[in-house]
Amino acid sequence: MKPSVWVRMDTWVRHLIPATATIFLLLITVVPTRLTVFADIAPMLPLMGVYYWAIYRPDLLPAWLAFAIGLLGDIVGGTPLGANALVLLLVQGTAAAQRRFFLGKSFTVTWWAFGLLAAGAIALNWLLVSVIVGRVVDPAPVLFEYLMTLCCFPLLTWVLARTQMAFLLDV
Amino acid sequence: MKQSSAAGRLATLRLLAQRFAFLMLVVSAFALMILGKADIVLVEQTRVLVVDALAPMLEAMARPAATVARVTAGVHELANLRAENARLREENARLMRWQTVARRLETETMVLHQQLNVVPDPDPAFVTARVIGDLGSAFGHSMLLAAGSRDGVRKGQAVMSGEALVGHIAEVGQRSSRLLLITDINARIPVVIESTRTRAILTGDNSARPRLNYIVGNPAISVGDRVVTSSSGAAFPPGLPVGVVVSVGEGGIRLEPFARRHQLEFVSIVDYGLGGILPFERSPPDRRRRGREE
Repeated sequence: MKPSVWVRMDTWVRHLIPATATIFLLLITVVPTRLTVFADIAPMLPLMGVYYWAIYRPDLLPAWLAFAIGLLGDIVGGTPLGANALVLLLVQGTAAAQRRFFLGKSFTVTWWAFGLLAAGAIALNWLLVSVIVGRVVDPAPVLFEYLMTLCCFPLLTWVLARTQMAFLLDV
Repeated sequence: MKQSSAAGRLATLRLLAQRFAFLMLVVSAFALMILGKADIVLVEQTRVLVVDALAPMLEAMARPAATVARVTAGVHELANLRAENARLREENARLMRWQTVARRLETETMVLHQQLNVVPDPDPAFVTARVIGDLGSAFGHSMLLAAGSRDGVRKGQAVMSGEALVGHIAEVGQRSSRLLLITDINARIPVVIESTRTRAILTGDNSARPRLNYIVGNPAISVGDRVVTSSSGAAFPPGLPVGVVVSVGEGGIRLEPFARRHQLEFVSIVDYGLGGILPFERSPPDRRRRGREE
């Protein structure tokens, strides 16, 4: 039996949640919090979003969406166009290709793998921005940003997992 | 049997298409980087359009964030009331001494100005805008402001917070604009050491403390020297406070900017009628003058 219009619409809206949540994470990073720590360096929340959905629902956050979100991040953040887009695209690609390895593994393993992937992602971002700008970007804040991202990962994963449980359990 | 082989072929095809699409995205990311580097007008216009479209949403999000920040600041202030009071009293005593000196100097300057028939500096026109976006990132230091070309904001104008220079306008949309902070890796500000009048260029490098480069001559610069903007290149009006020298060691001469980035909620975009750091696009509309407003 074909599902009714309302059911299909409901499913469709639910399927938009991963992308919306990741864009929302991007916008949160941009909001001026006026906290001393966050003002200079904020954790890379969209990176975590892309990583999480690439593992658990790669069908709902495909590569082109990761690319688009990265591009939006470049535009809003004023960083060189395309750098963030490429980084998020590669993170999505890598995580989605290795997702069989993650499914059913403990949280520590996911966190550890995220640490590796995020290190690669931030290093690539640093390299790209340095090449595009034509000068070496100070690596100290980059390292700090990485550590901050790593520390925020458990909290954000918990939030995203609750979101997935609440909206996407059976669609 | 036949059906399953057809399905298999279809799956292989789909996988190939996916791989190809992924590769195309990687290629287009590189293409975008090259396009962005070439500084094409179209790229900038696209950026401006997207930010303009997002501006109302960002503004809506910035308001509750500002309230939360205010509450946090309130709690923090309450906790430090005693220490803050003592500090302020001490500072007040010091400032009172300064006030006496300033009064005397003001009269002296006035008399000298009259004797020399000095043409006074023009009062600047200004626009005050809310900060709606602040992407704290190790890769770029810029902010989004809720004022654009329709409010009279133009590329290259100086942006100040109180009396201190924050940066300049780098991109302007209809209702939003991008403020490039003096700490950004792309920022270059002509400055002068206030006491010795030594000229230099302030270069940001995405760290909290920008560096002094291209220092004219070989002067003795020491920690604690105040740095203000210079009129070189007619980019900024002379004498806007920028920061104070905090280190002169191996890492070059570095400044601590007066403007505190995390405290910015509103900034003034100031128009001194100068050329700005970038060429202006069109003449400014008539606006309030600072002197009359106060």
